[in-house]
Amino acid sequence: MTRQPGTSGLIFNEPNVWDKSREGRCAISLPRADVDRAPLDPALTGDTPDLPQLSELDVVRHYTRLSQWNFGVDSGMYPLGSCTMKYNPKTNEVQAARQGFAGAHPLAGEAFSQGALRLMYELEQYLAEITGFAGVTLQPAAGAHGELAGMLIIHAYHAKQGRQRSKIIIPDTAHGTNPASATLCGYKSVNLKSGPKGILEPDAVAALMDEETAGIMITNPNTLGLFEEHIKEICDIVHAKGGLVYGDGANMNAIMGVVKPGDAGIDVLHLNLHKTFSTPHGGGGPGSGPVAVTEALIPFLPIPRVEKQLDSFRFVTDCPDTIGRMHTFYGHFGVMIKAYAYILSMGAQGLLDASRLAVLNANYIKESLKDTLNLPYDRPCMHECVFNDIRQKSYHITTMDMAKRLLDYGFHPPTVYFPLVVEGAFMVEPTETESKDDIDQFINAVKAIAKEAESAPEKLTRAPVLPKVTRLDEVSAARKPCLRG
Amino acid sequence: MRYLPHTQEDIKEMLAVIGRTSLDDLFDTIPDAVKTKTSLNLPDPLSEWDLNDHMEKLASDNIACKGYTCFIGAGSYDHHIPAIIPYLVSRSEFATAYTPYQPEVSQGTLQGIYEFQTMVTDLLGMDIATASHYDCGTALAECALIALRKNKKADKIAVSDLVHPSHRQIIDTYLKPSGYKMVTIGHTKEGLTDISALEAMDDIAGLAVQSPNFFGHIEDLAACKKLAESKKILFITSFTEALAWGLLKNPGSFGADLVAGEGQSLGIAKTFGGPGLGLLAGTAKLMRDLPGRLVGRTKDTNGEDGYVLTLSTREQHIRREKASSNICSNNGLNAMTAAMYLSTIGKIGIREIAQLNHDKAVYLKSALTAAGFEPVFDQPFFNEFVMKAPKNFKQKRAELIDRHCMFAGLDLEPFYPQLTDHYLFCATEKVSRQQMDQLAKEVA
Repeated sequence: MTRQPGTSGLIFNEPNVWDKSREGRCAISLPRADVDRAPLDPALTGDTPDLPQLSELDVVRHYTRLSQWNFGVDSGMYPLGSCTMKYNPKTNEVQAARQGFAGAHPLAGEAFSQGALRLMYELEQYLAEITGFAGVTLQPAAGAHGELAGMLIIHAYHAKQGRQRSKIIIPDTAHGTNPASATLCGYKSVNLKSGPKGILEPDAVAALMDEETAGIMITNPNTLGLFEEHIKEICDIVHAKGGLVYGDGANMNAIMGVVKPGDAGIDVLHLNLHKTFSTPHGGGGPGSGPVAVTEALIPFLPIPRVEKQLDSFRFVTDCPDTIGRMHTFYGHFGVMIKAYAYILSMGAQGLLDASRLAVLNANYIKESLKDTLNLPYDRPCMHECVFNDIRQKSYHITTMDMAKRLLDYGFHPPTVYFPLVVEGAFMVEPTETESKDDIDQFINAVKAIAKEAESAPEKLTRAPVLPKVTRLDEVSAARKPCLRG
Repeated sequence: MRYLPHTQEDIKEMLAVIGRTSLDDLFDTIPDAVKTKTSLNLPDPLSEWDLNDHMEKLASDNIACKGYTCFIGAGSYDHHIPAIIPYLVSRSEFATAYTPYQPEVSQGTLQGIYEFQTMVTDLLGMDIATASHYDCGTALAECALIALRKNKKADKIAVSDLVHPSHRQIIDTYLKPSGYKMVTIGHTKEGLTDISALEAMDDIAGLAVQSPNFFGHIEDLAACKKLAESKKILFITSFTEALAWGLLKNPGSFGADLVAGEGQSLGIAKTFGGPGLGLLAGTAKLMRDLPGRLVGRTKDTNGEDGYVLTLSTREQHIRREKASSNICSNNGLNAMTAAMYLSTIGKIGIREIAQLNHDKAVYLKSALTAAGFEPVFDQPFFNEFVMKAPKNFKQKRAELIDRHCMFAGLDLEPFYPQLTDHYLFCATEKVSRQQMDQLAKEVA
């Protein structure tokens, strides 16, 4: 396998869908009316929306062609750091499509929804076991939504103590959504710098933590891919001043069966089912962001809660201290089904192996590429490793150039320019489902690109050349926004 | 495990490169004190055969699997989904991609969402639609926050009590910690929002009205806009049934500033309430205040048309604590689904399906009236309406479910305690005259 996966092939041009429209076409067969027409008062009716008029094949071909311009996990290695682009098992899709799930109306009533309720209840139990917490809500619709739920819980907890606090500590190695989530709760973010080893130092936390501070938001493993070794001491420092510790569990993929964040002193943790638990990312959702909490915080979880009584399940809304409702119904049930099927397929050993192999893959890439790319924090990593472009700077080559050239080699680039704590960051998360062969190919591609940076830098600055389009003018797009056709 | 590709040989070679002797060594940086000492207590792993059995058992414990008849809407609608929709949207290039951070290899998602944004603006008569939100309730809460940020002197949002009850609860959850308040406006005996109550109110940043409202009635959005304008506040309108806009005058034509909607009706399965599709649209003036992702058209270095995520300076990863929202992942694949659905039904189909929904609902209402139900309101509606049931209906409703898997309306009392024996009915294009006649006969 010396050949790189990237090559050119026949793909198709395809106009905007309305450009294919012809008056009179319709891609749906309408049922024969079996009741009388009941015209509405013309004062209430409007012009018909100007939707495209197509045949069924027009629609099929349009979206098939569009799909061929996309890169997915099923197309190739997608080592997008912090996003956990692992394989999305197909059996999970089959399970979620079952009529009993897909056809279920959310207001059919508990008695007629026992299968859905049982699944939710059991998934909560499994996630509680994996994370080491006492209670879980599945309601948040995405990771950032889970973060918001978690911060609302911390806010509600302090309100219940009788004295609200005004600030929250957020390390420079936290996820980008953290400060925005804190702001929605009225908390002012206090920036905390990570130490020289890329992890938080207890003294630095102690210096910031006071009784005006609601707590700290820690991503662990952090966005440098490093485990926060002092997590227990940091939790103790925050707790001693009456604060709570929010854990961003987006990187839980690295530590399943190895560390239970609840046992390490974290109070609230969100998970991303679309990262750790293999549900597809869908080109930007729908995801699901369950939140796990300690016993003391269970009263604050959003409603409705799922409870088991004898052998049946019901929704409970009578929770006086709840933060309230986060979603119109119960969250992204369709995503929960897939995560549940994944956990049942993997079992305890499978999840542990997934974490071990994710960490093995990341460390293997780190060791294999650290002579090629600069590695700002040369320490054993967890599920991802962060390089940068310092060595390529002398050839006027940036991280972005290398990322774009990777496209020509047939790989989705890593996350670039994040985390902000590393300038020109090149953040690689291979995940456990990539084989050594595919990873070796990726390593060879990066090495070849680094050579090109020296010998033929224009190959990088002009890249990519193989995809449907070349680099796009993002500046004009933002300056003169054209958001509709 | 079939998802894990490593052979023992691979592991050995890779560990050698890293300079470790075992997989456990990889976790050396984690202090022993926080390491888990026992293995996870989870069920034994299932083969695909066993998983299929287990999941089918759970699925069939939901009554939905028996080909039931659903006369319930209330935010989740039972519409026909053409076969090509799930077929196309499950193409893995769409499903297994992430947010289009690398536009050169994401043009499928980007053009698809650009077309989605365009079709949604057409549907709603608005200038701009975002690339989607979680659901209508969360989109509406974001609209409330926009209004409050735009009008710094005000600290309240006026919300009709005929906005979906769950949506009002979500607004409350989102506003509470920042010290903002939601003021509920009651409804008239005709089943419309009593906006006159707003006239005497101060410190209001926006008015939120749902149309068709939770009772199914078409609100007088022109009057709402006039009042909002006179009070110099933002007019926000929401909806749970997107297909209504195939027939009704759209929110933009009434001058709505912000629109929050549920797009589940557009080709997305009910799936016990989620994932649905949050729609969020605004006027051009509010472009930079909108939360979430936007796709824009641009050119590549060869002058070819292409698409990118744009105006990201509003967003959390750039603005951090000053961002307009914390939303990151949205409901992208469901937005793609909705675009496919709208392209499939097209201009002809949407009018016809919308009209059919209305026709069926009118038929059902008169059939139930003939069967002894009391039509509570005399208001124009789209595909939902409220009826007061005869005394023995609760019992009959339960029997209908048991015997025919027929869900006859939603009991409104838990949502509006004064509405004892009142039920919210919904008829979509999927219910047949025969099913409606059967219902009327059984409950007569």
